Amino acid sequence: MTALADIVVIAAAEAFSGDGEIFASGMGTIPMLGARTARSTFEPDLLVSDGEAFYVGNELPIGGTDKQVEGWIPFRSVFDTLWGGRRHVMMGASQIDRFGNTNIANIGPWERPKAQLLGVRGGPGNTINHATSFFIPKHTTNVFVNTVDMVSGLGYDRAAQLSEWVQRNHRLPRVITNLAVLDFNSADHSMRLVSTHPGVSVADVQAATSFELVINGEVTETRGPTDDELAVIDRLDPRGLRHREVS
Amino acid sequence: MSRDKRTTEDDAVASLRDGMTIGIGGWGSRRKPMSLVRALLRSSLKDLTIVSYGGPDVGLLASAGKIRRIIYGFVSLDSIPLEPHWRAARQAGTIAEPVEYDEGMLQWALYAGSLRLPFLPTRAGLGSGVMDVNSSLRTVRSPYADGEDLLAVPAIRLDAAFVHLNRSDASGNAQFLGPDIYFDDLFLSACEPGHRYLSCERIVATDDLLNEGTFHTLRINRSMVDGVIEAPNGAHFTTCEPDYGRDEAFQKAYVTAAGNPDDWKAFSERFLQGSEAQYQAAVAEWKAQS
Repeated sequence: MTALADIVVIAAAEAFSGDGEIFASGMGTIPMLGARTARSTFEPDLLVSDGEAFYVGNELPIGGTDKQVEGWIPFRSVFDTLWGGRRHVMMGASQIDRFGNTNIANIGPWERPKAQLLGVRGGPGNTINHATSFFIPKHTTNVFVNTVDMVSGLGYDRAAQLSEWVQRNHRLPRVITNLAVLDFNSADHSMRLVSTHPGVSVADVQAATSFELVINGEVTETRGPTDDELAVIDRLDPRGLRHREVS
Repeated sequence: MSRDKRTTEDDAVASLRDGMTIGIGGWGSRRKPMSLVRALLRSSLKDLTIVSYGGPDVGLLASAGKIRRIIYGFVSLDSIPLEPHWRAARQAGTIAEPVEYDEGMLQWALYAGSLRLPFLPTRAGLGSGVMDVNSSLRTVRSPYADGEDLLAVPAIRLDAAFVHLNRSDASGNAQFLGPDIYFDDLFLSACEPGHRYLSCERIVATDDLLNEGTFHTLRINRSMVDGVIEAPNGAHFTTCEPDYGRDEAFQKAYVTAAGNPDDWKAFSERFLQGSEAQYQAAVAEWKAQS
């Protein structure tokens, strides 16, 4: 039986499908593995980084240090690249709503939070400039909420209030969780259920979500990795760190 | 021969006044001018406005009640995502005026300040919570055919700046040898001349500046610096690549101590009450024991 983490890594990799020669940036083990797996398989033109300041040309395992440096990407160049639109990031979210507004900043009122989290960090700039996907390791009603407490990343309803430029460039391709793959391909860009992972029902996903998910068409079962893809994932994560993020 | 600007952390901090706006270089828990921050902690200065890509600098200053206002892109210890003192201060509501920016907005604010412009336009921040919670932010309409509304990030001008580099000569021609200069050059150039302090691992002769890195690493010149402080291990416990990495064990001990008032009092008495030399000696002793 295929491990959940391997299914999720392939789902994360597929989020970068068709991206071409841009910076595929993953925050955390599974998003990073997704980007590197995509580059090693079906999306070879992607650029991936070591998470510090370098583009790496070789197949670098998570935590590996034997890098082939193919470019230098200090934070200033990251900002230039993302404002220039040559990037797709996959990041986390502590809260997400039906239109993809996300929160990594704080729980409770911003003025005096119940829990101070990371702050908005690069969320506002990422979401308004280029494709932003999300990986959420624990799909619950506490994360999939009706209203986020602080908007660190823009959803489709907020983008719709802004310029035509923003509406052309704002894009949330995929939300990947431990239960399902979701996107915003619906008439009003509210969240749609694309596929459920093996053993998870549509009802399970809906029960873990505070708002009603759009279902338009068949909800498929999320595919597992092929043998070749699994070999790549094992090379990229020989210590199995991915299994600590979802199981 | 250029002017010798060597000074000490305590003399640098003694030149500052209550209520000043101080920019602190580095990023998260990376190459932070910690010896200068520790001197600030020992001082009686208060009601400060801090500008930072925050790490333990912000946590320590918040825990000591030094911060009235802060402009920040985030506060994090990197390998430990959440800064415990910062969390405690925000959750207790003790920071009078937090000003939360997108990371790129903060760069733009410093860049505008360094170019003496009133603002720089961007899309980063538009439509986000940053604007919901900050009623002073304004938009500006493009005067060209597109007519797009953009966020006008107001310039930050600093009264004082602290950065920590790998090498410098005695007049402030300084060098980063690690993977990233972060925004240290912008912190210095957004600051009024007078209180731009640069600490470094080692002061070297100007002739020796190219011994360890190419000319590309000389991003800071002496016109950007008023005082130079030799501070070996001065970024501890944050990174200062390639001289040393982050002291993860010590950072962990810092976080653990911050979780409990009695433990924090003990940590503070052991490490933070004395001079920088005493701090470094106490850290060496702690390492020998652990």
